[in-house]
Amino acid sequence: MEAAASLANMHLRPVPDPKPPPKAPEREAAPSIAELERWATVLRIDCVRMLAVAKSGHLDSSLSAADIVAALYYRVLRHDPDNQEWPERDRFVLCKGHAAPIQYAALAQHGYFPLRDLMGLRQIGAHLQGHPDMRRTPGVEVSTGSLGQGLSMCLGISLALRLDGLDSTAQVFGLLSDGDCQEGQTWEAAMATSHFGVTNLTAIVDYNHLQTDGTTEEVRDIGDVRAKFEASDWDAIEIDGHDMTQVVEALERSRTLDRPAAIVCQTRKGRGVSYMESRFGFHGKPPSPEQAEEALSELEVTLERQTRALEEGTDSGEES
Amino acid sequence: MPAEAKTEPIATRHGYGDALVDLGEAHEDVVALDADLAVSTQSIKFGKRFPDRFFNVGTAEANMMSMACGLAATGKVPYCSTFAVFAAGRAYDQVRLGIAHNELKVRIGASHGGVSLGEDGASHQMIEDIALMRAMPKMQVVVPADYNQAYRATVESYAKDRPMYMRFGRPSTPIVYEEIPESLGEGVDVLREGKDISLIACGHMVWRALDAAESLEREDGVEAEVLNVSIVKPIDTETILESISKTGVAVTAEEHRVVGGLADAVRQTAAEQHPVPIFAVGLADEFGISGTGEACMEHFGLTARGIADRAREALVLKPIVSHPPLIGPEWT
Repeated sequence: MEAAASLANMHLRPVPDPKPPPKAPEREAAPSIAELERWATVLRIDCVRMLAVAKSGHLDSSLSAADIVAALYYRVLRHDPDNQEWPERDRFVLCKGHAAPIQYAALAQHGYFPLRDLMGLRQIGAHLQGHPDMRRTPGVEVSTGSLGQGLSMCLGISLALRLDGLDSTAQVFGLLSDGDCQEGQTWEAAMATSHFGVTNLTAIVDYNHLQTDGTTEEVRDIGDVRAKFEASDWDAIEIDGHDMTQVVEALERSRTLDRPAAIVCQTRKGRGVSYMESRFGFHGKPPSPEQAEEALSELEVTLERQTRALEEGTDSGEES
Repeated sequence: MPAEAKTEPIATRHGYGDALVDLGEAHEDVVALDADLAVSTQSIKFGKRFPDRFFNVGTAEANMMSMACGLAATGKVPYCSTFAVFAAGRAYDQVRLGIAHNELKVRIGASHGGVSLGEDGASHQMIEDIALMRAMPKMQVVVPADYNQAYRATVESYAKDRPMYMRFGRPSTPIVYEEIPESLGEGVDVLREGKDISLIACGHMVWRALDAAESLEREDGVEAEVLNVSIVKPIDTETILESISKTGVAVTAEEHRVVGGLADAVRQTAAEQHPVPIFAVGLADEFGISGTGEACMEHFGLTARGIADRAREALVLKPIVSHPPLIGPEWT
């Protein structure tokens, strides 16, 4: 109990911010790669704290997606927390709904709801459900959590935007997991997307190679996911999902295409926390207080390093 | 909307298909999806008139339901059509999370419900969809009795907030409502008044219940009251209680398992508020079978005669169960 309370207090301690989170669409300059990397660490720290308090949830799945989610919310997505129903906004769908903490962290950091709400994750009476819930949590476009359904939902959103004449401005980004790719429905959606000639949909696969019962290769190999999307007539590329430059470039490129775009991100589950990184056995298991402390101290060292580097680089006129 | 009431036998799915076109005409935000059954479900009419708002997803019902979720979350009013077995069975989880849980304005037009689709047999004969959809939180369940009511149910569905499952049938069935009703109202209509027994039916069993009431009157001098339950969930308990408290005994009739559907909805209402004996006509613990539609109905006793026979059994028990102190049947 005490450990949990102290973690909750820690959360309320402000993270040193070189700048407040940028707000699309009126933000002046896009954050640099180094800033995005730092924000990814901030989101990771939020996730560890949330899970430590909730004692439930999927930490390693959230950490593998942190760089992608940071790139989206802090740079790529056109969204406005002060005008959440803005019809021309980009849509983000967390198809891998079990990684909800990483989206919650990004939403809270952008002011969709107070940061302190993060400490209510998975608790009775709080709005942060175990999996994203559009009826309860501001900023969640559709409820997810049953693997395989997300890409179809994205397709529905893309078609609705097209009917409203918004498909050239509003892009739909769906973040899928290995598990999503094991579900047959994802491939129904992939085929349907190209069939309907959708141009404003980006599928991002967080290919971290680990699932509940083992590695994806052992449990049921999904093989070359990029090739599978390509065979469904998508523009499909494969990148390092922790290389922020590659992530940002791929995401921004995807919205310029006149085809649906798949970005297969090779990632490491539990990224940023050494004892968890690419190690089997952490899926769906919350960290113990000791594990949480260890994870936090490692991430805080990273954050400090990134913050210092940013502060030192401020005067050297860093490019955005 | 200029809709013409039908007088000759016609399938309820045509009422759905015709209404869908009128809805498309009246509302820009109506979109329709189908899974390679557009001719069977009659959504083809909408598809031909509004090709930009029609999405045939092929034989991929799960994808269709989740797409409808995305469309509805972005302000459209999707109508998803396929066979009942795929809508409620194959795509259950997609309907559950994407549509019902989100309380989205999605309408599922499930055609070919029950065994009356005939020859295709058990794999296609959906006999537990009403149970599944009744159990699903937030889902409304509508089972129109004829073309005219199916037309109204579909048109009216547009204005309802919650997700809705509408069940239609394959075969041509007699007209029950001479005009297109103004509204489904609370969902239970008393089609024929009587004091001895309540015959409570839905869908294809309504006209058969009316026939059964005729034969009960003719052959036994029994005055049966006939209720059409077009909205099975949420069920209009008031009208049902009013009827069963008057008659003291009821027979339900549905082209569905006797578990989880209309029978249970009525029994639940009665058990909690006015317990009377309620007998069910429907499928026991069994799957459908191949044959012509009518032969299948007969095979499972889903006929006017089946209802009347069940009513006679019920009437024998009525005085014993509902009025234990009485000796002899008071209704003779």
